Amino acid sequence: MTFNQDNWLLRVRNLTKIYGEPNERTLAQTGPEFGSNICPETESIVACADISFDLYPGEVLGIVGESGSGKSTVVKMLYFDFEKTFGSAWLKPYNNGLIDILQESNQRKRYIRNNLMGMVYQNPRDGLNFGFSSGGNIAEKLIMAGQMNVGSIRARAADLLTKTEVPVQRMDHRPGTFSGGMQQRVQISKAIANNPPLLFLDEVTTGLDVSVQAKVLDLIRELQTTLGIAMIVVSHDLSVIRMLTDRVMVMKNGRIVESGLTDQILQDPQHEYSQLLVSSLL
Amino acid sequence: MIENTKYTNKYNFAFIDEATKKEIRRKLLKAVAIPGHQVPYSSPEMPISRGWGTGGLHITLAVIGREDVFKIIDQGSDASVNACNLREFVNRMTGCKTTFDTTEATLIQTRHRITEEELTEKQIIVFQVPLPEPLRMVERYEYKTLQMHAEADYAKMYVSLYESYVRHGAIMEGAGYPVMVNGRYVMSPSPIPRWDIPNLNQAKTLFLFGAGREKRLYAVPPYTDVEPLEFEDVNFEIEDFSNSGCYKTGYKKAFLDEIYADDGGRKFVISDSNFLDKKMERQETRQYSNKYIDQLQAYDL
Repeated sequence: MTFNQDNWLLRVRNLTKIYGEPNERTLAQTGPEFGSNICPETESIVACADISFDLYPGEVLGIVGESGSGKSTVVKMLYFDFEKTFGSAWLKPYNNGLIDILQESNQRKRYIRNNLMGMVYQNPRDGLNFGFSSGGNIAEKLIMAGQMNVGSIRARAADLLTKTEVPVQRMDHRPGTFSGGMQQRVQISKAIANNPPLLFLDEVTTGLDVSVQAKVLDLIRELQTTLGIAMIVVSHDLSVIRMLTDRVMVMKNGRIVESGLTDQILQDPQHEYSQLLVSSLL
Repeated sequence: MIENTKYTNKYNFAFIDEATKKEIRRKLLKAVAIPGHQVPYSSPEMPISRGWGTGGLHITLAVIGREDVFKIIDQGSDASVNACNLREFVNRMTGCKTTFDTTEATLIQTRHRITEEELTEKQIIVFQVPLPEPLRMVERYEYKTLQMHAEADYAKMYVSLYESYVRHGAIMEGAGYPVMVNGRYVMSPSPIPRWDIPNLNQAKTLFLFGAGREKRLYAVPPYTDVEPLEFEDVNFEIEDFSNSGCYKTGYKKAFLDEIYADDGGRKFVISDSNFLDKKMERQETRQYSNKYIDQLQAYDL
């Protein structure tokens, strides 16, 4: 991991998402200093604004903030679940980072999504198709990336499920019959099926009990060290952030209020809100 | 005195008024121009309910001319209720000659089968389609299936085939096996058996599909590639009749219907009634030829 200016993996500039119809004063009248992300004039909602950062290969970046701070919106826009309002993003493995991926056609976006990215949602129902078996869910991602051999699809799915400690005998069962932790592990298998260089984790441990949480976090950490995937981890839970991430951005009311090395921010938070977050940690 | 001739005939030729026929023909032209693409159309009222063959009937009535010889089959049979009633309707509304003979017909309407005898460039076959959308079983929202077709995003379709293989050891889509038309659109060939699917490929005939209830038309023009979806290692297969044979003729190289007897036993009979008649009378027939049925034996040795 060398951090120099040029070897970034993902570069994001001015990423903004506004719901409703903003006017030219909307951005100036919202944000942490106003304590609100609703524009007083137009009542449009600024989910997030002016998000700029670089992510380096193999790095784990955390995004932390209270609910409604816009952290999930950021990754969902980067994964093309939501349309951006403004902003650009470049991904190095895609055309050597020369093309703004957010401007691409739906077909190209789907290619990027299926070949170069993975996403693990908080709710397994968002990331998995409960009508398909867990093997079928992994197959979906592989087929989307152009694999058309059932034998090798099944071998790869079995391999991934072993890696994520889901019993391979349950490969042909539907995820609806699994426990929450297992569903989450199937979702992780699906997300990393095509060895993407970039993985988004959106509140992956929220809603799991503590021992399962620890196992899932262990798994993510292990995958990160063995496969060297760069990750963006979204969480409101500072202990998850501390355990997983190298660098962290603190968000409030749709803006980044502070960013820096995780240890530094947890030890010595500068912004008022980060201080509040850290001091609220049990 | 001015004579009003407008109402001297109770119905227009072929029942539907000319403006509506023109609309259907225009949509058919579009469908032929984009093989496998579903084109919305008016689906006008008919004296039968939508979903009972109205789609096929609309196309038939829009393209039929006074010289046409009309044949209609329902699951291969000229004699089933649906076929008989629609035949009589078309006959009364057009005065066209009707026939059972596949080779004599110029326009054939069908429900769930293609004739066993090969059709020629001079013939048109019209399918009655209940569910035109092949992606419906994997995606319930229309706006999403439209998008998936537009972007040729058919991964989910393949996943459903994968699931079928995993669950049953083979791809079990019995009827309406999804096909790729002209390398672009995935199409539901209406619920024809797998047996008929290879006959769509590079065929000499124009295939027209009409779904009256869903208000969609689509087409496969002559000499178009139609390939069943399959994996590299799990392939499309047609129905296997190697252990059975038509009980009337002993013939095995045709799609067979299974008949249950009162005692619980079962026997098989050729599904295409005209083909069965010809076989029984030992007439000359020219069947479709494709890589699946070419290697089958016609009779037990």
